[in-house]
Amino acid sequence: MSEKKFSKKHEWVSLEGDIATVGITKHATEMLGDIVFVEVPDAGKPIEKEGQAAVVESTKAASDVYSPISGEVTEGNKAIVDDPGSVNGDPEGVSWFFKLKIKDKGELDSLMSKDEYDKFCKENPN
Amino acid sequence: MGYKRVIMGVQKTALYDLHKSLGAKFVPFAGYEMPIQYRDGIVKEHISTRTHAGFFDVSHMGQFFLEGDETLEEALEKIIPSDLKSLKLNHSKYSFLLNDNGGIIDDLIVTKTNKGFCIILNAACKENDIKHISKFLGKNHNYFLNNDLSLIALQGPKSVEILEKLIPGVSELKFMTGNNFSYDSESLYITRSGYTGEDGFEISISNKKVKNLIDFLIKNGVKPIGLGARDTLRLEAGLCLYGHDLNEKINPVEANLKWAIAKKRKETGGFNGWSKIKNLLTKGSEKIRVGIKPEGKVIARENTKIYSSNGEEIGLVTSGTFGPSVNRPVAMGYIKSEFSEIGTPIQLEVRGKKYVGKVSELPFYKKSYVK
Repeated sequence: MSEKKFSKKHEWVSLEGDIATVGITKHATEMLGDIVFVEVPDAGKPIEKEGQAAVVESTKAASDVYSPISGEVTEGNKAIVDDPGSVNGDPEGVSWFFKLKIKDKGELDSLMSKDEYDKFCKENPN
Repeated sequence: MGYKRVIMGVQKTALYDLHKSLGAKFVPFAGYEMPIQYRDGIVKEHISTRTHAGFFDVSHMGQFFLEGDETLEEALEKIIPSDLKSLKLNHSKYSFLLNDNGGIIDDLIVTKTNKGFCIILNAACKENDIKHISKFLGKNHNYFLNNDLSLIALQGPKSVEILEKLIPGVSELKFMTGNNFSYDSESLYITRSGYTGEDGFEISISNKKVKNLIDFLIKNGVKPIGLGARDTLRLEAGLCLYGHDLNEKINPVEANLKWAIAKKRKETGGFNGWSKIKNLLTKGSEKIRVGIKPEGKVIARENTKIYSSNGEEIGLVTSGTFGPSVNRPVAMGYIKSEFSEIGTPIQLEVRGKKYVGKVSELPFYKKSYVK
């Protein structure tokens, strides 16, 4: 898998061939608190870059998850739908949200590296 | 020379610095900076309260004292549908302030004191409440909001054992009664009550001594609990949150709180909105507050539209969250009375999709109080 890239809306994406895996960051889960509901897109759904793709709810509020890249969904992670709390455990690993078949790798260029994202979070604590 | 940054209108309780040291995340609430959660987070705080004990700083709530001769009860009974004349010393009742139309201006706990009454008012409503109450008072009545007092709720099954160690005698209090106790060479007032569905106490203590009390509680393993878990706890217990489940346009019959109108007052009336409420007590209201269980994991939050199984719009959710102890989403809302029977299938519109649910009994979570 490629190195992870990060969005300002606190999603991460990694690439393997033309399949991108998308999830939310550790920082996002810390802001959200205890996650109690997750909705992921079904396979076959076309998604635009920065389009609304999934939903995550904590005890506090509901938030949309946007896709940092466009493509067609190949799989939503059913494991996190069944056990939403697991997202708090390993958001940047096993608790990914969905996978996409992408067309344009170039869309990743506008995203941040890990270091850039960490700096972004420090400068924008909320 | 520097200058202090002053945020106009934002108030802090006496425990603000202590909350900060406990890792609180603050939110503005009713003009106060209040902790929404601490380091443990909402779910753990909720579970600690249900299984052990938690403390809540609720000092933003109004501790309103009324004093006067025998005409005070008469005056208050015009806006509060409790039987205040028969309320025994140190006994408390849940009630409300009513407007001319029977709408709920605030919900409250009123306790009979040796000089009159103490009423605990919601933080967001307290100023307006006092203006309203004062209109009904005469020159023989005194009233004041005591801002020198903090209010601490201690809730959970271990509360009694822990507090008894510090303040002997509290274990003898029955639910919805209170008394004066002494602590740290000062008098304080404690009631056995709460807003979580658990056994527990509400402790009225001076701003000067409150930190010592909290230090003792923390040393005895009591966790700090924020507004986030206070909300999930009260919703599981089926209790209303003013401004969400109750407001000035909702009357006690619609709110399914007619039990809180004293039996005697249901017969004699004589309070604001009586003619309307009397009528509703016999005929029933068009809409009524019910519990709602969405099927599956979807959370129906405030303002979720409720539909019948035929697709007719029949109501609105007023509170909804995930209940950590019942381990499922729970909600309350108002629906047309003909659909209010427990078990009635409904649909809930969340993010444009309709999800199945059903009308449920309240509370979602039940424990017995010490009576």
